[in-house]
Amino acid sequence: MDALQAPLIEVRNLSAHYGKEQVLFDVKLTVLEGEVMVIMGGSGSGKSTLLRHLLGLETPSAGQVLVLGRDMAKLRAWDQLALRRQMGVAFQGGALFSSLSVAENVKLPLRERGDLGERTMDIIARLKLEVVNLAGCGDMMPAELSGGMLKRAAVARAIALDPRLLFFDEPSAGLDPTVAAALDELILQLRQAMAMTIVVVTHEMDSAFKIADRITVLDRGRVLAVEPVERLLRSDNPRIQNLLNRRAEVPEIEAADYLRRLTGEA
Amino acid sequence: MLVRAEILGRQTVRALDEIGYAAALFAEALVWIFVGRRWGQPLRLSATVAQMLEIGIRALPIATLLAATVGIMLAIQSLYSLGLFGAQSFAHVGIALSVTREFSPLIIGILVAGRSGSALAARLGTMSINQEIDALQVIGINPVRFLVAPAMIAMLVMLPALTMWANLVALGAAGLYVSAALDISLAAYSAGTLEVLSPNDLAHGLGKSALFALLIALLGVVNGTRVEGGAVGIGRATTRSVVQAISAIVVTDMVFAFVATQ
Repeated sequence: MDALQAPLIEVRNLSAHYGKEQVLFDVKLTVLEGEVMVIMGGSGSGKSTLLRHLLGLETPSAGQVLVLGRDMAKLRAWDQLALRRQMGVAFQGGALFSSLSVAENVKLPLRERGDLGERTMDIIARLKLEVVNLAGCGDMMPAELSGGMLKRAAVARAIALDPRLLFFDEPSAGLDPTVAAALDELILQLRQAMAMTIVVVTHEMDSAFKIADRITVLDRGRVLAVEPVERLLRSDNPRIQNLLNRRAEVPEIEAADYLRRLTGEA
Repeated sequence: MLVRAEILGRQTVRALDEIGYAAALFAEALVWIFVGRRWGQPLRLSATVAQMLEIGIRALPIATLLAATVGIMLAIQSLYSLGLFGAQSFAHVGIALSVTREFSPLIIGILVAGRSGSALAARLGTMSINQEIDALQVIGINPVRFLVAPAMIAMLVMLPALTMWANLVALGAAGLYVSAALDISLAAYSAGTLEVLSPNDLAHGLGKSALFALLIALLGVVNGTRVEGGAVGIGRATTRSVVQAISAIVVTDMVFAFVATQ
């Protein structure tokens, strides 16, 4: 990555809690303009919480999240809405509005912008659906779509306003390998064709290695590494190696301790 | 003992938290209703009309049936109890006042809480679990304006409207029964009823129904948007919203009646 590229997202010493439990610890992260940043980690590593902070859906316990140079937590509601129009998100399950057709879902962000005619919105929606290979599916309802189609429709809605920043939450989760690979291709195409900065949260390593410029590895709420793929593969950090080699971390238990636990003796 | 005190404390804190959340939602919805257009985010009229149709028009058959039944039931009981004193000719007084001031708003409130309050909680709960509410926020659409304000307006318009309809049906049904039972004309019964009723009695009932509308909408939204735990959570939230709404309606009814008659 070019060192002169402007950071579109800066996470400064972010800590987050759910109730009394701390889930993110002093997270630092920078996403540069035009890059595909993958946030990777196992279940419970805090990657979804980090994504929610990047989207401004949660308020940090400590630290700052600057998106396009602005602190999401300090913005007034109106400014936050305006900033979010420069962001698009494809949620894990699609999060399409079930009462609206696919085309109406794509048109919703355009309609809310308020300055486009119905015909213009129809054309844009058709174009966006073509980009994600869903041409002709505009009249279908979300319930009629397969898992892969749902995710692509969610991408079409996310790119409706040509955002500068595009977020994906677990794009390949629950998809068969062929459909997942097609979605990876789509992400790369979007970056190339629309010059978007893309943040992908995933635990699928094959997908991450294919699309990422840099990968942030999260482990138990802490950033272990922020590296380009090649450097990450050479990392000698045992936790990163465990993750990359899909090795489960089983806590070592001594036989005597195990027996004590089984019998319930103190 | 200590555990019970802790549970009580937690539940009190939770109840206060929910009341505060409901108040904040109400205030925010009012802001969007009145100022949204200036901010380029006006109230969604089509969604409001659709909700009005669902809450009001589609509830007409069951509201009519319930109101007619309540009217006839009141007529039967009034004729029986007043008959003990030979005062059956005064039946219309009790029927008119109790229908307009008490029974219509109460029956319609309970009906709408069970029918539309639960539907609102279930819909918002499902949207919350499917991340649709997050999606709205990220798209730059305020969920309170998009989801809460239309439901609130629709309830506020349709509950008093349904109550007024229930007044007409219940009084009409009671009139038919009483006129047949006492062998008097329906016109004479109606004239007597109109003589007894004042605009104040109607306002009393309609005012209560507007309050019930707010309670049903806010409790549906609070329970729906705070769903946790998938399908089980949605079921729990739906039940909770109906139970809370009906309890709130009955308690508010009593307080309103006490305050308004002092």
